[in-house]
Amino acid sequence: MTSYLRPRSLEEATVARAAYPDWMVLAGGTDLMVNANHKPTPEGILDLWRLGELGFIRVEDTAIVIGAGTTWHEVERHPAIRDKLLPLALAAREIGALQIQARGTLGGNVGTSSPVGDSLPVLLALDATIEVASVRGHRTIPYHAYCTGYRKTQLAADELIVAAHLPLPSPTTRTTWRKVGTRRAQSISKVMGAAAIMLDGDTVTGARVALGAVADRPIRITEVELAVAGLPLAQAADAARAAMRGAIKPIDDVRSTADYRRDVAENLVARFFTS
Amino acid sequence: MERPVAAPVGTSVPRVDGVAKVTGRARYLDDLDAPNAWHGATVRSKVPHGVLEAIEFDPAFDWSRVVVATADDVPGENVITMLEDDQPALVKIGASVMHVDEPIALIAAPTRALAFEALKHVTLKITHLPTVFTIDDSLAVTTALYKTDNVFKKFLIRKGHDDDAQLEAGFAGAALVIEGSYYTSPQEQMYIETQAMMAEWRDDDARCFIVGSMQCPFYVHKAMKRLLGLDADHVVITQSVTGGGFGGKEEYPSMLAAHVSILAKKAKRAVKMVYDRDEDIAATTKRHPCRTHHRMAVDAAGKILAIDIDVIMDGGAYLTLSPVVLSRGVLHAAGPYKCPVTRVRGRVVATNHPPHGAFRGFGAPQTTFAYERQMQKLAIARGEDPLALRSRLALRSGDTTSTSQLLGFSVGTDEVIGAIQSCAGPWPEPDGVAANGTPIKRGRGVCFYFHGAGFTGSGEQRLAGRAEVAVTTDGRFEVRSSSSDMGQGSITMFAQIAATGLGVGVGAIHVVDPSTSKVPDSGPTVASRTCMVVGSLVDQGARKVKQRLDAWAGENGMAGRPLLEIAKARGALGELAEMVQYAPPPGIEWDDATYTGSAYPVYGWGACLVDVSVDLDSYEVTIDRCVQAIDVGKAINPNIVKGQIEGGTLQALGWAVLENIVYKDGRVANANMTNCIVPTFADAPELETILVECPYPFGPGGAKGVGEIPMDGPAAAVANAVENALGIAFDSLPISPEAVRAALRRS
Amino acid sequence: MKVTLDVNGAVHSIEVSPWKRLLDVLREDLRLTGTKEGCGEGECGACTVMLDGEAVNSCLVAVGQCDARTITTVEGLAKGEVLHAVQRALVACGGAQCGICTPGIAVCAAHVVDRGLIVGRDDASARALVRELLAGNICRCTGYQLIVDAIITAAREVAR
Repeated sequence: MTSYLRPRSLEEATVARAAYPDWMVLAGGTDLMVNANHKPTPEGILDLWRLGELGFIRVEDTAIVIGAGTTWHEVERHPAIRDKLLPLALAAREIGALQIQARGTLGGNVGTSSPVGDSLPVLLALDATIEVASVRGHRTIPYHAYCTGYRKTQLAADELIVAAHLPLPSPTTRTTWRKVGTRRAQSISKVMGAAAIMLDGDTVTGARVALGAVADRPIRITEVELAVAGLPLAQAADAARAAMRGAIKPIDDVRSTADYRRDVAENLVARFFTS
Repeated sequence: MERPVAAPVGTSVPRVDGVAKVTGRARYLDDLDAPNAWHGATVRSKVPHGVLEAIEFDPAFDWSRVVVATADDVPGENVITMLEDDQPALVKIGASVMHVDEPIALIAAPTRALAFEALKHVTLKITHLPTVFTIDDSLAVTTALYKTDNVFKKFLIRKGHDDDAQLEAGFAGAALVIEGSYYTSPQEQMYIETQAMMAEWRDDDARCFIVGSMQCPFYVHKAMKRLLGLDADHVVITQSVTGGGFGGKEEYPSMLAAHVSILAKKAKRAVKMVYDRDEDIAATTKRHPCRTHHRMAVDAAGKILAIDIDVIMDGGAYLTLSPVVLSRGVLHAAGPYKCPVTRVRGRVVATNHPPHGAFRGFGAPQTTFAYERQMQKLAIARGEDPLALRSRLALRSGDTTSTSQLLGFSVGTDEVIGAIQSCAGPWPEPDGVAANGTPIKRGRGVCFYFHGAGFTGSGEQRLAGRAEVAVTTDGRFEVRSSSSDMGQGSITMFAQIAATGLGVGVGAIHVVDPSTSKVPDSGPTVASRTCMVVGSLVDQGARKVKQRLDAWAGENGMAGRPLLEIAKARGALGELAEMVQYAPPPGIEWDDATYTGSAYPVYGWGACLVDVSVDLDSYEVTIDRCVQAIDVGKAINPNIVKGQIEGGTLQALGWAVLENIVYKDGRVANANMTNCIVPTFADAPELETILVECPYPFGPGGAKGVGEIPMDGPAAAVANAVENALGIAFDSLPISPEAVRAALRRS
Repeated sequence: MKVTLDVNGAVHSIEVSPWKRLLDVLREDLRLTGTKEGCGEGECGACTVMLDGEAVNSCLVAVGQCDARTITTVEGLAKGEVLHAVQRALVACGGAQCGICTPGIAVCAAHVVDRGLIVGRDDASARALVRELLAGNICRCTGYQLIVDAIITAAREVAR
């Protein structure tokens, strides 16, 4: 029989996590519960759904901090996120559809760190930091270092994801996002990406460009970031497109082809610099 | 006072089952109370071609908790009766495995979880044999799967010539020859209720009662009589509320019925099976993939001189319904166009894919795609307006089809083309920019098509479907037919037809749930025949009952009394019933040997306009607009007919741009709803539907078929629109973003 | 474990594995069979119920998570014999065909209408938003047109 625990505090949660590292950590269940009736029964469930300390959006002077238990629905409609971190709100709106957005959480996306996790390129482009906690204390990990391979992360067996810290882009930073999925909604991404383009007048001073569904994990495209730095914006799109050649090695799968993903990724990245 | 006829034929009365469905009270198979029923699960081959050597049961598993059945447990003949007896219910040891989802053994258990757990403890020993997955390999007979040539069925239709030399003479004088090869992909029906069936034996195992989700109770009945070795009275098949079919519940339910009845007999209790979505997608039938070669000779004035078509379908591992699907495919292949010399050849071949089968349109959407792509190419080659070209070449009353059928009544050509012309509006601007800044290309495509209603050729005569209208002993009006409502609204439509014939309100009509013990065999619920053929029987039955009641009322001093009152008085003396059997309309002659004559008693006619935009960053095709004008003869319930047309239209649009079955080594690689996608609310455009009514004199109120026709045309219209947008021909489905990218790269 | 659920206003206490899907608890333990399973993977929306007022896929909810929470299923939309505006409109507009997706659509649409998510918009943008909000509910029969009509009709009626 599966054990079940609904901690009342983060502290209780970390204690339980340390005591039962094999238990399933469950929030909205939109990933872990797929075909649950045919999955092995978990030894126990550590239920973080609606744990108060993980469900918050805090607007600070230089960052917005989003609790791991925040749902995509809450992210999408939050005025400060729509205002300052629009790509995250747009990504949230394209995750599944209403029912999935009501249950899927930021912590779940980060925890799984699937290559097709729709918020993850946004976290990379916005240079997010992930805050985790355990009985040993809190620590933070830049998201670009957090995901270490196909659905592999730096999260230790006794740790829980607490929040994502997203620094506010400067007023001269342009941010953008696009998802290309299997269909208009309720779709798995074939290619998606986000960018933060730092501008000084018409000059690109720097950029963070991230893509999903083109590698074993969500990735930054440093080739592009290096190529566009210092260029006039008008030349950046072509330079970005050129730098994309050979930068990614996507795969064929049941949803799309490597050729398609490579071309569309190129188009998307180039478009980030023109639209 | 007699209640007025609240909803006669031609009015949009709400569905009679509407409230039950919106409140969740409608009970589908898996909702029925069956507290003691066990759950069945199926051991499948997982090998595409081989010989079953052994079935091994893990000794570590406690088999006493479950019941296991194999081919040895089949009470009668181990065959799923369809056209030929080639498909077994369960493969026996020593016999061939023909595809990866071939049922080998069955398990029943008190819980679903235990049944599925037990599956994991069965190991099959199968000797592998060489496989065939493509039409070309099948035709080359790299391995013989069916007889010596792998051809399940072939057809040859000749019009206006006697031999191939004369056909080529028809091409000799051509000013222009349009020629192309067209491919259409397999398609999943994706009814939202998966296949579901339950069986129970009663009367000391003498009688088997089967209830489930199905289109054709008497198909299941026929198959179970042989499989169970029982006569007609000892097998009772009842349709439960059915959550969609679209052809997918025409033949496969017999397989489930076989499995639950075998298990129920062995388990000595009710057993039910409800497929998981992945199993349903992987194992059950889909639309036949099809390759069509089309060659068309045109003179300098733009008249068609000759058409030569070769249709090849992948039938999958067993013959099942493939010959009939191919038949409809070839009969529609030349399209609704005037042409004096026509040759249509068709073959359906064996492969090691799970059998392909019925899906709305039944072969016609495949060949319609080919001929309407050809017409687009002709319009481009001649620089003619595509709709005007179709109007110029279209069949009208007095013309003959490719089977030399002379068309008379109910030809809606001018009405449907005219309807599209009058609402078309300005051509979309070719170049644009989407809201997100992405450049797009826009285009418009049209198509014109027809669909034969009812069974092919003499099929309806052979079927001799029957339906009954009765006054019961408690004075109620009943309609009894085996036509199942799987969402089309047929029970509402029957109620309206009967109410109109009797002159009573719709609420006074009870349409009996199809059960082989309670209703006559009206033929299967397929082929756009329910309203036109069975509805006509109901219409005649209702009018006869009315006459008899009126006569009786006159003889018994009740003349002029309300019919409901008369029915109550007459019913009390004993049931009054009128059974009506199908009789072909005059002038229907068909020669099966030469495939000439009246292929169908009447045709529905359709025209479609599609506007698309193509995203040049993502290569996605968006359907911006879709208008369908369809001649249905008479819309018994316009709102229900509109729903039918819109549903079929979206299935066609989905097939055109995003649906697909990805086979890998004979296995469906995308067997889940995440990857086997169908359109969502967000993918569907606002659909514009124009009902055209060119009455069919032998249909109820003038009605002819509507179920399938909307599926036939839109895919070609989409391809034509994409060609218009990009200047590149798209001759294969789906026109996926991957296909658009590849085509743009090549150009 | 013992799980206490408020379903459609009635409180149920049941002994059940916390891992069991809410969908199965509703259908098997409570015999509320209006909630349907179409895919088991959160794709089709046939199993949509409201959990604490939000539309969710009940196939993706472990019942342990529902302890002391409130659930509304399709059976709870009508008040006695008086149908919810969305249910009335679905019948009137012909938005239900085979009906298997209908309970999920009715629940999701009731959520959208009752929350006023599409009020104050012109017809075209209201229809576009309905298409986005309902995109987690797949229907294979209708082409969606008559369902969108129904939801717009119901929203107008509720707004009045």
